[in-house]
Amino acid sequence: MTELNVRENQKGNSFLSEVAQASGETISACFQCQKCSAGCPIAYAMDILPNQMLRHIQYGHRKRVLSSKTIWICASCYSCSVRCPNNIDIAKIMDTLRALAIHSEFKPGEKDIPIFHSVFLDTIKSKGRIHELSLILQFKSKTRDFFKDAALGWKMYRKGKIKLFPSKFGGGKEIKEIFNAFEKGART
Amino acid sequence: MKEISYYPGCSLHGTAREYDDSIRGVSKLLDIQLYELEDWTCCGASSAHCTDEKLAIDLAARNLALAEKNDRDLLVPCVACYSRFKAAEKEVKEHPEKVHLSYHGNVPIRYALDFFCDEGTLEEVKKRRAKPLSGLKVACYYGCLTVRPPKMTGVREYENPQHMDRLMKTLGADPVPWCYKTDCCGASLVMTRTDIVKKLNDRLLSMAMEAEADCLVTGCPMCQANLDTRQEELEKETGKKYNLPILYFTELMGLALGHKDVKKWLHRHITDPVKVLNGKGLI
Repeated sequence: MTELNVRENQKGNSFLSEVAQASGETISACFQCQKCSAGCPIAYAMDILPNQMLRHIQYGHRKRVLSSKTIWICASCYSCSVRCPNNIDIAKIMDTLRALAIHSEFKPGEKDIPIFHSVFLDTIKSKGRIHELSLILQFKSKTRDFFKDAALGWKMYRKGKIKLFPSKFGGGKEIKEIFNAFEKGART
Repeated sequence: MKEISYYPGCSLHGTAREYDDSIRGVSKLLDIQLYELEDWTCCGASSAHCTDEKLAIDLAARNLALAEKNDRDLLVPCVACYSRFKAAEKEVKEHPEKVHLSYHGNVPIRYALDFFCDEGTLEEVKKRRAKPLSGLKVACYYGCLTVRPPKMTGVREYENPQHMDRLMKTLGADPVPWCYKTDCCGASLVMTRTDIVKKLNDRLLSMAMEAEADCLVTGCPMCQANLDTRQEELEKETGKKYNLPILYFTELMGLALGHKDVKKWLHRHITDPVKVLNGKGLI
């Protein structure tokens, strides 16, 4: 674990209250039993384990937390949340941290994952539904990794699993309104 | 005849077509009439809740508002959609002021696996079973969001769920005990951190095989695609042999109920299930 800077905490912990308020979770209740990290299937790939993440928030380590890999590779499987003896919904806190990270000045700890989410949302905005081929092509054009999974894609196409054209949908006006509200909220 | 609204979701119109076809097929055999929601849109999936809570709730609530226009329950076959819908339902019940769409939390949201595993449906399945799946050992794989978080799903045995096991027994199959029923397959990272996904896949496939399962059964289009499509690639990397078919529970229901299109559904899989089922004399 990286060293914990207690002095940062003494300045008044605005980050802890910010995360606690946005998530509605009592982060200060964590007593480091580490049950969350023991059951996390992805812990091995994290730079900060779930229990360490809660401690970093308690100490107010804003930059360390918001630029971590952990917040992006958490798969939201909720194993941690259901096993926490203090009823802290850790998966929900990860959602809060991702949203804070997107609006922060820090470079995200994972390069491709936030790009994927933004391409995914763009696809919903323009097509209403996820058309897998459009999503994949757009994601590849942003990450410049054209050959990864190309053979698998062809195999799936031949099995009739990849549709060439998106299906038509109504409700475009409502989707537009939903995204307008989101983009307006993001600006303010 | 039972009537229910149906929200297929994006995957079932693409990579999970056989799930959609088998749900429709099995419903017909069980006298369940599905009404696909008109003009449904994406639930927002992981990307919406990983980006903005309100956007996630709104995208889900738009579909629930459509479903609320009639007084039928809503059948949802994809676990990701189901989880997002339940989150929107919880939000509208706890903070109605935050949900601006005309959605009031009045439509019962039924995840397909739970729906087909309820007492009444199991009785029907038992009555109409044409071909028991004798000798077929199945690893029931629930994955994460079918059971978690239990305060949303209502599943009581969330660490060791039994409902799919009961359904499989009703079909005449033999569910094997194994410890990875509810472990995550990492599907939301499949395009971005494929390395993590492969490691989780290897663990799940290896454990199902160690439990001597002939196939793995799921009710999630993401888990299915994830575990089905990368076995060959994984074999090259780990040196192990997998070749474990990944089936939708509705495909096995179709097989036991004698649906005529079962082979069509099975031919869409990347890891061939026909050979295993043939070997058991089931096809």
